[in-house]
Amino acid sequence: MNITVISESSNGSLHPVTAQLVGAASSLGGSITVICPGGIGSSDAAHISGVTKVISVEGDCFENYDCSAWSESLSPLAEGDLLLSSSSTIGRELISSIAASKGIPVVQDVTSLTGGLLATRSIYSGKAIEEVSISPPCAISLRANSFESAGEGGRGEVSTVNVSQDVAVAVKQALAKASERLDVSEADIVISGGRGMGEPANFSHLNEVADLLGAAVGASRAAVDTWEEIPHSMQVGQTGKTVTPNLYIAVGISGAIQHLAGMRSSKFILAINKDPEAPIFGVADYGVVSTWEEALPVLKEQLAEMLSN
Amino acid sequence: MGVAVLLKQVPDTTAKISISGGRVDEASITKWSISPYDEYALENAIKLKESGFGDVVAITCGPSRSAKCLTEAAAVGADRLIHIISESPLDSIQVQSLLSAAVKESGCDVVMCGKQAADTNSGSTGPGLAASLGFSCVGGATEVSMDGGVASATRLGPSGMEEVEVGVPCVFTFDKGDSELRRPNVRGIMMAKKKPIDIFAPDDLGVDVSNSMVSIKSHSSPPEKQPGQKFVGSDSIPQVVSKLREEANVI
Repeated sequence: MNITVISESSNGSLHPVTAQLVGAASSLGGSITVICPGGIGSSDAAHISGVTKVISVEGDCFENYDCSAWSESLSPLAEGDLLLSSSSTIGRELISSIAASKGIPVVQDVTSLTGGLLATRSIYSGKAIEEVSISPPCAISLRANSFESAGEGGRGEVSTVNVSQDVAVAVKQALAKASERLDVSEADIVISGGRGMGEPANFSHLNEVADLLGAAVGASRAAVDTWEEIPHSMQVGQTGKTVTPNLYIAVGISGAIQHLAGMRSSKFILAINKDPEAPIFGVADYGVVSTWEEALPVLKEQLAEMLSN
Repeated sequence: MGVAVLLKQVPDTTAKISISGGRVDEASITKWSISPYDEYALENAIKLKESGFGDVVAITCGPSRSAKCLTEAAAVGADRLIHIISESPLDSIQVQSLLSAAVKESGCDVVMCGKQAADTNSGSTGPGLAASLGFSCVGGATEVSMDGGVASATRLGPSGMEEVEVGVPCVFTFDKGDSELRRPNVRGIMMAKKKPIDIFAPDDLGVDVSNSMVSIKSHSSPPEKQPGQKFVGSDSIPQVVSKLREEANVI
């Protein structure tokens, strides 16, 4: 099988999920071509084990994100039986657009993929699991942290293609900088707060714990809807983000069905809530019945001590 | 000129999803709603109409029950309703081909929809439709206004919130923004009940949906969690932290 991987970048370098895409491709067997939009990370991509070829696609259109322009630039280069991308916002948009221009179907946010092409994905934001069988040629986006990364030591051949695609979308002004914090959908550890935090300023306590652990900070829908200081981009659950970190810490979150849908597949769940009957305890591996005011200072202190050793 | 707004009917987000015979048991779902992000698209489409930009054409693709979301759209101001009837599951290309044909039929040069639907959570339709229509695409918009043939949109881009300009024709997919969703009034609801719905079968639109490259093998429930360990009081935190390291091995 000939597989084309669209690389993912962040802050001007190759995103680690790219090695996971190559890992998933390698397990299916065949030749692997990595396409790097804007040429970002092409030499790093060539060093991923299993990569046959890297195409560094360069041109003015990659200065800002324009789905159609990027897709039209990449589409002619995306050959083969299977096209893979990450299921990040841009990854999904690009692969949908490229697949449509090629007339092939796309299956998004896949969490396992086996030969003969059987793919598994969660639907209804995690309330159910769907297994689909796919006949190539097709396009598939993969969820971050669901596949083993390919190692280093590859020696893919790098070629550069210059494109001069017209852009349709012009950025007029930046309104607000993206949060410096890790996104909940990318982090290995997520700590989220609910309306039980009392007021949005109290999220600073979650930030402090997150800083110790290198975690992302999330929120329940109730918190996002109640306080405008808590942006929708932090929302975990149905109508927000579905997350599967190694550790999910829920603080002051009762556990509405919409929230549970978005986080119940986390590997381990720690819940801190003052109400012993809160539904969140039903999915928690470790539940602590306590107010956050009492629990978080001890948690901070313990983590700081453990991590300094 | 005009705005086509694409609406998908999904189980209400509060609905419990149960599985029967390897498939999601749709009969057990008691409440169906317009997919939440599509509601923001609808709200913005109505605002554009109020600012003088052509009619709003609401389009849905799905089984007979989905007609309800068209009537709901009419109750808040949609002018024309199009229902593409499809009783069986479709792959992304089939959905986009059907919607593409309906948008062409409507004559609209602006298309609005949610960034993803609350059932499949895929997000393929907006950008895919844009590619098949040859329209530009702006994803994750929270607000769109028009000035002549140029649209101004607020979106969450790779480096943060930004304002972008794009010419029509264009597809916009919507994220949840600050917009307050309007509720229909009694008069709107009464008028909507009388509003005719234009019904198309895939054949009417010249789209063959008999052969899908993606077939559903099975649906299943997510694995049940084993009952966890419960502790009382903040005094237990040191013990829990050491368990996170020793047992769970996650910190």
